[in-house]
Amino acid sequence: MTMSASVMPAPAPVSSGSFSGQSPASDERHLLGLEGMSRDALLGLLEDAALEREWLRSGAPNRADLAGCSVMLAFIEDSTRTRMSFEVAARRMGANALTFNASASSLNKGETLLDTMRLFEAMGAQLLVLRHNMSGAPAYLARHLRATGVINAGDGMHEHPTQGLLDLLTLRDAWNGEFEGRRLAIVGDIVHSRVARSAIAGLTTMGASVTVCGPGTLLPHDVESLGCTVAPTVEDAMEDADGVMALRIQKERMEGGLLPSLVEYAREWGVNHERVALMKPAAVVMHPGPVNRGVELQASVADSARSVILDQVANGVAVRCSVLKRSWLAWKEMA
Amino acid sequence: MSTMTLFKNVVHWKTGEKVTVAVEDGVVVSLPKRGHEHARVLEFTGAVLAPGLVDLHVHLREPGQSGKETIETGTRAAAAGGFTAVACMPNTVPVVDTPAWVEWVLHRAKGAGYTRVYPIAAVTQGQKGEQLAPLQAMARAGAVAFSDDGHPVASAAMMRRALEYARNTGLPIIGHEEDPTLRVDGVMNEGFTATRLGLRGLPNAAESIMCRRDADLAELTGGRVHLAHLSAAQSFDALRDAKRRGLPVTGETCPHYWVLTDEAVGDYDTHAKMNPPLRSEVDRAACIAAIVDGTIDCFATDHAPHTSDEKARPFAEAPFGIVGLETALALTLTYLVHPGHLPLARALELWTDAPRRLFNLPEVDLEPGSEADLVLFDPNAEWTVDPDLFFSKGRNTPFAGWSVKGRVLATMMGGRFTHLAPEVDFEHQLVLPARDQK
Repeated sequence: MTMSASVMPAPAPVSSGSFSGQSPASDERHLLGLEGMSRDALLGLLEDAALEREWLRSGAPNRADLAGCSVMLAFIEDSTRTRMSFEVAARRMGANALTFNASASSLNKGETLLDTMRLFEAMGAQLLVLRHNMSGAPAYLARHLRATGVINAGDGMHEHPTQGLLDLLTLRDAWNGEFEGRRLAIVGDIVHSRVARSAIAGLTTMGASVTVCGPGTLLPHDVESLGCTVAPTVEDAMEDADGVMALRIQKERMEGGLLPSLVEYAREWGVNHERVALMKPAAVVMHPGPVNRGVELQASVADSARSVILDQVANGVAVRCSVLKRSWLAWKEMA
Repeated sequence: MSTMTLFKNVVHWKTGEKVTVAVEDGVVVSLPKRGHEHARVLEFTGAVLAPGLVDLHVHLREPGQSGKETIETGTRAAAAGGFTAVACMPNTVPVVDTPAWVEWVLHRAKGAGYTRVYPIAAVTQGQKGEQLAPLQAMARAGAVAFSDDGHPVASAAMMRRALEYARNTGLPIIGHEEDPTLRVDGVMNEGFTATRLGLRGLPNAAESIMCRRDADLAELTGGRVHLAHLSAAQSFDALRDAKRRGLPVTGETCPHYWVLTDEAVGDYDTHAKMNPPLRSEVDRAACIAAIVDGTIDCFATDHAPHTSDEKARPFAEAPFGIVGLETALALTLTYLVHPGHLPLARALELWTDAPRRLFNLPEVDLEPGSEADLVLFDPNAEWTVDPDLFFSKGRNTPFAGWSVKGRVLATMMGGRFTHLAPEVDFEHQLVLPARDQK
């Protein structure tokens, strides 16, 4: 036993002290979020998705890029467009796409999420596309499943990276490929929105800026640290913007005491023609869907020439083709 | 005749002087004038001898949750951390809310305890916040304080009645300070990291508002309030204000609040999930300031063991809490004493004399006649935290793999060793020949 009176070292840095070895975020089999992805990686995915979009539009027969790949589509939370979009993408690329029906599953018999997902792994699913109402669920599975690539199809209030990518692809078209100097206004329920978090991460990485606005009850604490600015009114946010994204207002927000009424919301924060007119002439109107017509978006604005809402949907299939390819290539390299 | 133990040439925790302390028959005794034939000698140059540490806030999980911890494993972990006494929280299954359960805990601890165990009893029946538990009978049965820890006493009126009713027991009510309407379903500190991860936040105000409420209720009733595991800058201010007003309000904080911030949650690390949550850097600095200026009355660990399975759940579903008994002293030395925030004697006082005074526990010192509840530690020895070596059943620590400074060598309760570090080798014990002593 030595009792040397050595020099006191500085305390160890305050670190995460995480148990979790290597970070799943750097493993390309997974797509957990846009936060932390490089500009080059984003650009690569967007360029590839633009090509896939041409191919999808051409009506050419299905390809075999994902031949041999089983993709488990596990939507533990309801979804129509994202699930179908992934399914179309997976089938067009030649994958074996399986849909997991959560409501009729052993998840309802008390099996844990991890145990259920381990079943898919054991059955040979190489990629897991997960929608879950819990923030961090995909990161959690990426850490605990050894042999499966995890693609986040929306987790709680965290991220929705393929939505972020399709928004980037839509804006790339609208902005002629130029992100620098451009600004998107995001209006509405920021605090609960995984769409907003992915959009902010993607756009700021690409060099564009983001202004958010919404009722104080729907803005997260310290939202500026995500890299966006906050405007006090929807007019301030939209003035001279290059685009606006209206977020869906859910009725539960009224019950939670976060909003007085939908009527008040539509009046104060709804995206209408007068407000759209404040933006630059070529600015576009976006919405991740499904739209509450007359609440966050005036119906005629949703149907106007400014609206790119259906382009967003079409772009969704293209970016999901690219994302599935990326994960599958990385999976084969690791295997 | 029992064997005398000599702690030879050790550093006195308060004076810093080199001393030799003798223990016989469970108490500290004067050094023998003549030689002593059957003394075992522990000699560690530079090691500090202090009264055994006291932790006023641990979860031993018995009755009912012995998968997480038992009184035996929890107190064994405490002994390894240098503790000779712990006060255990009543949020067990069932809740310790009757004199019978208080007696059960005491009885159980007598058979399996590596430390003295002081039960804390519930304030309200089932900790439901609706009806007072039999506070006087539980005090008579041996409870040292009352708490609905794990839950706040949500209703101000109920807290008022509890303080009034507990007044003639002289025992404090320990507040788990959290406004349930502000807490809602938060899982981590409300701040940038929660915003980034999309996790629901627990705001500072949920804690500080209740601290201020209970300070005012202490004034109204004259009852004693002890604020548990304070984490937020505004809560330290609330405690400071209460003292300025001369109210019977005291408070504790825990090592993780002066070491870590909410950034430790990183990528949904459930080992950084506890309640109250890790806060911001501003709060961490305020915590250290409140310790340094004397606002904080004592330290505690809020040792909260859970099974690995429970902590391996997704972040929102994983239970709150981390273990703390086996890292507390090292984190105190590494992050408060060695960087110069606090003198060693003061840091130790907050783990020894201060909690004993607060809960009216028997005093311990190194003078002859004192109960031999002692800890011997090397303040400079470095070691790496390895949860697999914990005596606690809980492995849930955010400090796994951390290199820390300050290591417990031996813990003694009532003259018997309850922990010896592996490097304390009894092969080398000396049986002194007579006349070896002065």
